[in-house]
Amino acid sequence: MNRRLVLLGLLAAALVALPAFAGPYALSVATLILYFAYAGQAWNVMMGFAGQLSLGHSLYVGVGAYTAGALYFHFGIGPWAGLWVAIAACVAFALVIGFLAFRFGISGVYFALLTIAFAEFTRIGFDHLAWTGGPGGMFLRVEQRETWDLANFRGPPAMYYYTMLALAAGAFALCAALVRSRAGYYWQAIRENEEAAQALGINTFRWKMLAVAISAAMTAVSGVFFAFYYNNLFPEQIFHISRSIEIILGPIIGGLGTLFGPILGAAVLTLLSDGVTELLAALGIETPGIKQVFYGLLLLVVVMFLPHGIWPPIARRLRL
Amino acid sequence: MDWTLVANVVAAGLLTGLVYGLMALGLSVIFGVVRVVNFAHGEMMTVAMYAAVALFAAWKWDPFLAMLPVALAFFFLGYLLQAGLINPFITRPEHSQFMLLVAVAIIMVNALLMSFGPDARNVQVDYQLESFEAGPLLLDKARAYAAGAALAAAAALFAFFRYTLTGKAIRACADNWLGAKVIGLDVKRLYALTFGLGSACVAVAGCAMVLLVDVSPPLGPYYTLLAFVIVIVGGLGSMGGALLGGVLIGVSEALAGLFITPSAKSMFSFGLLILVLLLRPQGLLGRRA
Repeated sequence: MNRRLVLLGLLAAALVALPAFAGPYALSVATLILYFAYAGQAWNVMMGFAGQLSLGHSLYVGVGAYTAGALYFHFGIGPWAGLWVAIAACVAFALVIGFLAFRFGISGVYFALLTIAFAEFTRIGFDHLAWTGGPGGMFLRVEQRETWDLANFRGPPAMYYYTMLALAAGAFALCAALVRSRAGYYWQAIRENEEAAQALGINTFRWKMLAVAISAAMTAVSGVFFAFYYNNLFPEQIFHISRSIEIILGPIIGGLGTLFGPILGAAVLTLLSDGVTELLAALGIETPGIKQVFYGLLLLVVVMFLPHGIWPPIARRLRL
Repeated sequence: MDWTLVANVVAAGLLTGLVYGLMALGLSVIFGVVRVVNFAHGEMMTVAMYAAVALFAAWKWDPFLAMLPVALAFFFLGYLLQAGLINPFITRPEHSQFMLLVAVAIIMVNALLMSFGPDARNVQVDYQLESFEAGPLLLDKARAYAAGAALAAAAALFAFFRYTLTGKAIRACADNWLGAKVIGLDVKRLYALTFGLGSACVAVAGCAMVLLVDVSPPLGPYYTLLAFVIVIVGGLGSMGGALLGGVLIGVSEALAGLFITPSAKSMFSFGLLILVLLLRPQGLLGRRA
């Protein structure tokens, strides 16, 4: 236990100190890693803990981003107020989907396909919503980049980095608490054997709904960050199924249901993707698609030979 | 409202829907037997479409001629894919299978991007501009032929499963995996065979589809989603359901394109999917597992 805390402390210290050493490019990569670590953690609550496979988490990223973005764009309402509206909107979406799915006993592959269907449905809906710019996208005004303006969430790259670091750390702590809470134990029981859990008197419907709601609320926050970090939103991009896949790659590669898996998975995948880009640039190869082919091959190898992800064997090696 | 126009749109949707149905039939057969959802299905479809484009560009082969060698090649590729990659994943959890096939899909789409570039490609044959006249209806010749090929391939597959010993053995595997093993069936080989057959369906559908639409790499994920919608609406694992679902989606897309706006047509399909999942999750013609 103490070894764990020491290692975690060292990692935290390194992450806090990083902007002092890193250049702007490295800092943006680190921010991206933390973003995926956070989103992966959120998804992991639903799949890793409660065993409900969602392939449509881009829905919550998108709804979160568009809600906060539109409030800022149309009414000048800042991200801190918009955040709560975004969370409420995403939780409402999640509860509707969860209610419909779980009431009608939809699970497994069917549930996964239902989540895709809702995400796609919403994507096409936003494509036709003139209020948010439709397919042409919505652009938030970019201003003063030098000083920290936390109220409007405008500032230098380090501000976004620290925000994402705080979010990722918060998600880690929340998940660590959740997995040892009553809800966490119920979720794991449902994940392992839903009928047995029900026979033990666990109200599986209610606890699954809770998992979906928490996961959606956490993902909504990443959506708000997305909106104010990138400042432009396109339905085609943000709701696309590849965005959902991006989110879930980290936890699966890192180790499903583990606390550290999503973080490690996000780091490995982002660095890998960047490494391949750099390597190809150094070799002077510019064929479009070759990077993704590499990426796909690596993914294939990991999925085939490390079925439980990268983190569990490392944890054993480090005796954690 | 001009009813001839509506009738023509419905007829065109129905014919395209049959090609969709054949594509989805491949997915449905694979899921029904192997119990793995092929997340690379649409990507396989686009590979077949590009194969037809390449054969046309190289030797001016009509896509209906290219259909045969492409289907044969796809059968072997599908067989190898199942025997080499997917069989070891049969007992793994769903998300693991999902990741495997997503990786395969990513590789396929981007390999296409590498070899053919991002621009849309098509095949131009002279009968694409001709049409059959049936009373008030005008049916595109290419579309009618494509639907005919789809129906023929589907009929061949139906006959194979109903009348041949191998087909019956595959159905036995689907019904009771353990029982099939007990009576000495080589389940893994039959799975590979099934995946090969499903892939051949996709190949035929792809070669037919290339006459109706332009092909570009992003079409892959789109067709994967479309195939999911169709099989779920029809009933995952049900062969007749896949064809019915294909026709329903084909017609509803065509009508949505006419009455609302073409870009909203898939919203219609996804809405239908959500309704079916909620009200009849086993699909219109599916049986409860």
